[in-house]
Amino acid sequence: MFEGILIGLQTALSLQNIIMVIGGCLIGTFIGMLPGLGPMSIIAIMIPIAISLGDPSAALILLAGVYYGAIFGGSTSSILLNAPGVAGTVASSFDGYPMAMQGKAGKALTIAAIASFAGGTIGAILLMIFAPMLSSVALLFHSAEYFGLMVVGLSAIAAFAGNGQVAKALMMTVLGLMMATVGLGSLFNMPRFTGGIMELQSGFGFVTLAMAMFALPEAIFLVLKPKNLGDSGGEIKDLRISRAEARAIAPVIGRQSVQGFFIGVLPGAGATIASFLGYAVERNIAPKHEQAEFGKGSIKGLAAPETANNAACTGSFVPLLTLGIPGSGTTAILLGALIALNVTPGPRLMIDEPQIFWAVIMSMFIGNLVLLVLNLPLIPYIAKVLAIPRNYLIPFILFFTLMGAYIGQNNATELLLLVGFGVCGIALKFANFPLPPLLIGFILGGMLEDNFARSMQLYGGISFIWERPMTLGLLIIAVTLVLLPSFRAMRTRAKGN
Amino acid sequence: MALDRWIALVLLSICLLYGYTAWLTMDANLAPFMQRKPIWPSTFPKVLSIFGIVLSLIILLGLEKAEQTVGEIDYRKLHEYKLGQAILILGLMVVYAICLRPIGFLGSTTAFLVLGSFILGERKWLVMFTVSLLTAGIIWYLVQEVLGIFLRPLPFFLGN
Repeated sequence: MFEGILIGLQTALSLQNIIMVIGGCLIGTFIGMLPGLGPMSIIAIMIPIAISLGDPSAALILLAGVYYGAIFGGSTSSILLNAPGVAGTVASSFDGYPMAMQGKAGKALTIAAIASFAGGTIGAILLMIFAPMLSSVALLFHSAEYFGLMVVGLSAIAAFAGNGQVAKALMMTVLGLMMATVGLGSLFNMPRFTGGIMELQSGFGFVTLAMAMFALPEAIFLVLKPKNLGDSGGEIKDLRISRAEARAIAPVIGRQSVQGFFIGVLPGAGATIASFLGYAVERNIAPKHEQAEFGKGSIKGLAAPETANNAACTGSFVPLLTLGIPGSGTTAILLGALIALNVTPGPRLMIDEPQIFWAVIMSMFIGNLVLLVLNLPLIPYIAKVLAIPRNYLIPFILFFTLMGAYIGQNNATELLLLVGFGVCGIALKFANFPLPPLLIGFILGGMLEDNFARSMQLYGGISFIWERPMTLGLLIIAVTLVLLPSFRAMRTRAKGN
Repeated sequence: MALDRWIALVLLSICLLYGYTAWLTMDANLAPFMQRKPIWPSTFPKVLSIFGIVLSLIILLGLEKAEQTVGEIDYRKLHEYKLGQAILILGLMVVYAICLRPIGFLGSTTAFLVLGSFILGERKWLVMFTVSLLTAGIIWYLVQEVLGIFLRPLPFFLGN
């Protein structure tokens, strides 16, 4: 392994590759900030440039830099504008945006940068040690276990089910799951709930729904009740994290780096599930007084998904590099780039072309470090976005939400859908319906149904629930996590009486 | 009746319609080979419709005991907020959606940003126009020329 690390370092530390990783991180960060352009689209756009380099190591290093940069860029728009452009950063907005609203934008971005760095770096260490071993474990996970995992991911809604709001949070989740069934669907290949409208065949766009439920209602609330975001505390640019805060998030980062990495290893799970699971787990193991903070600007609530999604991105390289199986859309595009460069990922990659395998792993360390070094000095300037006067900022936020929806689908009808859903989101927000559960249900709905359907077909019914102990265990955990707030509320009321 | 109950009523109607489609119409044209499978395209929606109906009834009938909390904005006093501006901004978004293709990206985006700021009370025309034109130009260049995603820059009668 030492020899491999040295080969990797030698390749990754060449001047050309350092320029590639810096360039990739910068491009990824800035383009990733635009809602609608997630890592997948940015990497797809960068492929021709990467292939033109001719050197597979340099190409992969560039694309890995873009990947990490795009994820960090996506978190920035989630935290500052409540406009998550990709599913993996939705959970970051749950606490990141409230922090920004409290005048702690600089601190929120710093926590995001440090958590991302730690998640990516610890993930790369785990990748280095466990990659060959884990590839076989990942294959033991079947659709029944994936179904269980998705249901645990859904339990993240518990964070929004406090104060007698369980029914509302569950209703929003069911509504999100219903919306996910609209369109052709991958398993049945049959249009459902489209009402004969062609535009609905491909279902509702994620970006459209995310913008309509998060960014648009927030912007309209700022119109209704004017306030300049920069006025909230005067410490918008302050990056400092106190010793107590660092002590509080350190164990979260440690746990979520490991958990996120192992979830990322599972093909199909990826950063989205990892971030929701990370959020749900950290909320449920937090002391009672800290649990109430989740969803309102908790530093743990921000650090958990940020660490988990970066660690999961690293984990998703395990099946790609060791088995040649792309575990996510992004790694599928990376696989395409590798094949175009005459490199075939799989069990023999480590033996036949160790310089590529190890250069990618080393570039992950360098990429994460570069990202941290580049972004920390930029954070005060990025956070200054919130200091733009309201009269200019709100039209800009709305313009970026519209652009996000338009770029994602290249369809002007999507913009009308965005406004329509946005009005519904505003009404739901007026009535105190929590909106994140709707998006969680929508994001996980498709995967949940696919894995449920596959398990049903394999077992000829729902017997897989009790025949596969891991599935049963995961389902029991999920039900407990969702119902716990209700029981707590009932107990508190009983004590009060 | 409180707003959340009105919304629950709307959600109940949606769930009933969704359930009607899932239980009564969706399986009508199912191919024979699909009918032999343990799971049909309607299975998951059927389960969801039951959950949806039960949950919306719980909210509608107020079965869950909850503290009455006023959100960030009290919808009962909407007239005390800048409601006119909010409606105009939403209307502007609809107009932008309709005009984006025929008028072209540069013109419609500049107009959207300038009018958006104007509705919110900004009157520094030079700043508004400069910032809007620059933003429209930079975003168009980035999206179309760098990223290769087509955005018609000019009105339809001036070609692509």
